[in-house]
Amino acid sequence: MKLTPVLSDNWDVDRSWTLDGYGGDYKAARKALTTMDPDSVIAAVKDSGLRGRGGAGFPTGSKWGFIPQGDGKPHYLVVNADESEPGTCKDIPLMLANPHVLVEGVIITCFAIRSHQAFIYVRGEVLHIVRRVQAAVAEAYDKGLLGKDIFGSGFDLDVVVHAGAGAYICGEETALLDSLEGMRGQPRLRPPFPAVAGLYACPTVINNVESIASVPAIIDRGVEWFRGFGSEKSPGFTLYSLSGHVTRPGQYEAPLGVTLRQLLELAGGVREGHELKFWTPGGSSTPLLTAEHLDAPLDYEGMTDAGSMLGTKALQIFDDTTCVVRAVLRWTEFYAHESCGKCTPCREGTYWMVQILERLERGQADAGDVETLLDACDNILGRAFCALGDGATSPITSSVQYFRDEYVAHWESGGCPFDPAASMLFESAGVAR
Amino acid sequence: MISDETRELAREVLARYPRPRSALLPLLHLVQSDEGYVSPDGIALCADLLGLTKAEVGAVATFYTMYKRKPVGDYHVGVCTNTLCAVMGGDAIYAALKEHTGINAQNGVTDDGKVSLEHIECNAACDFAPVVMVNWEFFDNQTPESARQIVDDLRSGQPVKPTRGADSVCTWREAERVLAGFYDGRADEGVAAGPATLEGLKLARDRGDKA
Repeated sequence: MKLTPVLSDNWDVDRSWTLDGYGGDYKAARKALTTMDPDSVIAAVKDSGLRGRGGAGFPTGSKWGFIPQGDGKPHYLVVNADESEPGTCKDIPLMLANPHVLVEGVIITCFAIRSHQAFIYVRGEVLHIVRRVQAAVAEAYDKGLLGKDIFGSGFDLDVVVHAGAGAYICGEETALLDSLEGMRGQPRLRPPFPAVAGLYACPTVINNVESIASVPAIIDRGVEWFRGFGSEKSPGFTLYSLSGHVTRPGQYEAPLGVTLRQLLELAGGVREGHELKFWTPGGSSTPLLTAEHLDAPLDYEGMTDAGSMLGTKALQIFDDTTCVVRAVLRWTEFYAHESCGKCTPCREGTYWMVQILERLERGQADAGDVETLLDACDNILGRAFCALGDGATSPITSSVQYFRDEYVAHWESGGCPFDPAASMLFESAGVAR
Repeated sequence: MISDETRELAREVLARYPRPRSALLPLLHLVQSDEGYVSPDGIALCADLLGLTKAEVGAVATFYTMYKRKPVGDYHVGVCTNTLCAVMGGDAIYAALKEHTGINAQNGVTDDGKVSLEHIECNAACDFAPVVMVNWEFFDNQTPESARQIVDDLRSGQPVKPTRGADSVCTWREAERVLAGFYDGRADEGVAAGPATLEGLKLARDRGDKA
């Protein structure tokens, strides 16, 4: 298996975050704006088979194709840079090291969907990333790559960098729109879909950072080249992020469809002296998998077949020292904290699931409570207003599926049978072992 | 008291957006950069500029965790205690900092007003776990000892350098001003990437792998 650095290819270059460090003058954007028409750009991205890298995997070109044309309304591009899904850590390093590939992707995308105003919605808790994106946008304006008449093509584009304020739910695209309109970030009812009535009720495309950043290479090097990686239904390459109990955690850009076994080999394996216990393929909202799934292809179909989802390709690795009940409790606390409160199943359900899981972790709840927990999940999944509620059930139902005995063991031993210090990456004075 | 400069900057924020209300999130960051939290005066300013009621502004401000209802420290320390960081040691780091600073409440502040402490959710740096943030700059691969040292240095006025960020940590108010959209000219400081970020690329270079 070969690694395929494309988005990451300049990350080791001196001052990679500048236009010089990016190594160019936006030649893919120049090609699109001066030699192609918008529809052929959309067609190229459709033909490439690029699918959304933010979790849902929707075909990017199709999303662009839904934007009505000749409707007389302004069109908007909103880049979802609100990376907050637990375990997910790809867009932040990408924007830190290479913000210009995102800006170039924004230009091409806006040209394709006939938009003259884009917003990059960056989560607020990453100060230096906000600086790097602000500086990249400013440099692009200075060099005439943004603003009026870009490349003499007559195409105008303005880009605003907008910092969020700490709310996971704003990664949900319609909640993001409400937030960008200056409201509480709560999801909207669909339809109408954002392609018809998005920002300010105008046609809007919302794409993840990595999706947009993948566009310049497709335009520059061509559809056939892109489709040379990955599979028929999941073409291309992507950033896989390994974290946790792994020898060399980090970003590995590889073709879609590699397996965790292959990635772990590259990353030096699971922490020395330990075995893989459970992992997430794409953040905490994707059902947990175990060592029996080491050879499942990490692409959209492969992960669905394995009973999970590709999500954000955030591979969080937990070894045999980790208590799955503790892990799931903490994720559930996260969902309860981040639930926006709009719908009852998610708002109330996540609250009660935390209560039950706390008792389970303390050894004060028995097998009957595990059933109650599953029943609560059943009342959230498919009944919540947006995917946050569905996601909250994933770690619970999957962990019970694979580790029901461990839940019961907490009850039988009257508490958590694991030593949290054994899971930590350091040995530390002053920490009880 | 909101300064005249802030009022001037607020008008610049409004000018960025096709519709004024979109300016509300950056305006609230701007208010924090001046007042140190979302003050009643700040809420009144936003309401006045956007034609909203103070209740409407307050409803938005209280939804987002980065907006503080009481002043935080000059240096706001966040310890990631979401699952992955927690398991890798974040819980121990948070416990150590609580004990070391005597801060027991979320967003609590040391007596000298220098440092406040919050346990935060996943900050998108899982390959650098356990992660600590200071004024939203990254401090990667922390231990209880290293985190205590950061807090001590912040309180004694020593320069403190993030692992991936500017050459030194700015104050919380200065950070809020950047988040309001006023670039501070510091993007060229710091590294392009941390060691974990480059693991895959380094391997690709060693093996001659190309796309």
